[in-house]
Amino acid sequence: MAFPRSGQRLPWARTVFWLYVATLMLPLLWMFGMSIRPNEDILGSFSLIPQRVTFDNYVTFFTDAAWYSSYLNSIIYTSLNAVMSLVVALPAAYAFSRFRFAGDKHLFFWLLTNRMAPPAVFLLPFFQIYQSVGLFDTHLGVAIAHMLFNVPLAVWILEGFMSGIPREIDETAAIDGYSLPRFFIKIFLPMIRSAIGVTAFFCFMFSWVELLIARTITSVNAKPIAATMTRTVSAAGVDWGLLAAAGVLTIVPGAIVIWFVRNYIAKGFSLGRV
Amino acid sequence: MSEQTTVAGSQVGGEVVPATPAGGSGAAETRADPKPRNNRAWWLVLPVVVSVAFTAVIPLMTVVNFSVQDVFSPSDRIFVGLEWFRSVTRDPEVRAAFVRTLLFSAQVLLLEIPLGVALAVVMPRRGVWMSVALVLVALPLLIPWNVVGTIWQIFARGDIGLGGWTINNVLGINFNYTLDSTDAWITVLVMDVWHWTPLVALLAYAGLRSIPGPYFQAAQIDGASAWATFRHIQLPRLRGVLTIAILLRFMDSFMIYTEPFVVTGGGPGNATSFLSILLSKIAVGQFDLGPAGAFSLLYFLFVQILCYVFFTVLTRSGR
Repeated sequence: MAFPRSGQRLPWARTVFWLYVATLMLPLLWMFGMSIRPNEDILGSFSLIPQRVTFDNYVTFFTDAAWYSSYLNSIIYTSLNAVMSLVVALPAAYAFSRFRFAGDKHLFFWLLTNRMAPPAVFLLPFFQIYQSVGLFDTHLGVAIAHMLFNVPLAVWILEGFMSGIPREIDETAAIDGYSLPRFFIKIFLPMIRSAIGVTAFFCFMFSWVELLIARTITSVNAKPIAATMTRTVSAAGVDWGLLAAAGVLTIVPGAIVIWFVRNYIAKGFSLGRV
Repeated sequence: MSEQTTVAGSQVGGEVVPATPAGGSGAAETRADPKPRNNRAWWLVLPVVVSVAFTAVIPLMTVVNFSVQDVFSPSDRIFVGLEWFRSVTRDPEVRAAFVRTLLFSAQVLLLEIPLGVALAVVMPRRGVWMSVALVLVALPLLIPWNVVGTIWQIFARGDIGLGGWTINNVLGINFNYTLDSTDAWITVLVMDVWHWTPLVALLAYAGLRSIPGPYFQAAQIDGASAWATFRHIQLPRLRGVLTIAILLRFMDSFMIYTEPFVVTGGGPGNATSFLSILLSKIAVGQFDLGPAGAFSLLYFLFVQILCYVFFTVLTRSGR
């Protein structure tokens, strides 16, 4: 190829970029290094390379029910939230991308304003409401609460992707005798597979990283892993090794899913509008 | 009102398609005929409206309720009108936190937007290294926010953290984020840059990838320098994604809670006590429902107004 698509590259561009990535990784690697040291070594003397390597912290994590069950809790409610957000958002996004209707533009912008609500604002009402309707401390409750920011996001991302698909497809299907629901499930959904994947990923991600709301409306049964991590502070001080091990494990699910959607990440972040 | 309609309209659906040089909302198809009008589409939107009503509108009404009453117990409450709003806006602690949060958001935007764009420009564009780079750069975004706090809590400590230890022992600067307010501020700021610059970089990267190859070929034939190519070809095409980046980064930095709470807990003193940290303290810690409700509403309103102003300014200047 005579002309590189990306334009002229600066000679030092690569170096600068990988240097940045190295800096980015440093705090992460440091936490990983901490998770495989015994606590005496962490506090005893400062060393770049662990003197003794131990996996005790990880063993503790996977044998203590309080730890691994809250890990599972987080995975359950984030998955539940992704599914529910998608089911609700798909028809709405289709409506926004295909039809004009009374108040559509206001509604669309209003949806995004919910993404701007400081979670701290909703803490008390959430606590009261979820307790009064029996959703307190349930996976379903957290999943519903996280729809607060994930449904608007899902609608915006999906609408962006759907608008990129020509409306002739819908019209042709209608002429061929497809009803709207049948067309939507048989033809349209398969066409926007990647958009659905990206949206599910973003719902999963924002639900996974959120702590404030999830912590407020749970106590034991649906307690998120992030809330359990505050347990490491005890009378004997902070259990740094265990805290670091738990931290490393919370990164794993995200790192796995990110690999699958790597080609669509940027587009999803820009709400489908690139 | 009509202004809002046109602004929102230029983003919605994409049937408003003047070929702006910025290419704002790019992916939309260009069709002459408008979308059909059909009010039955409301049935498709209904589930979203119901779910958002339950998760956002009802709680917000509860907050409004709190904000105009003095609650002694569930059965004993009196209407106090705008009393709480007055006391909150006069509270010096709230005012200080407001200025602090605004300053933080400004610094975040000034650092992260240029850095993110620079990063996107030097990012590998194809092959396996592109995938590796994307995954590594995106990684901080997928870490639970309190774990981000934990990572930096460890990393910046002078005794057990690589960062803090290096500053203290190698550079010889006395650095302690639990005692010194400037150090605490810097730690929180650096943490935010670490955490969120990848978002700006990914957005800008997506924007750069959408620039057609012939633009660059033309620039190369004209013998344009790398800087000229960036300034006159790449940067203008980034307007759309940078609008989103600035909006998202403003909203999220202005609402920041978990990360500074884990690292500094708002301290030392009040040095990193941002609006949400103060709000949670009033609402959950002291259980002052009235002031917390009034505070919440003003906070929410301010975020919305500023986002709307940003949105309008950024989408207008491209026309």
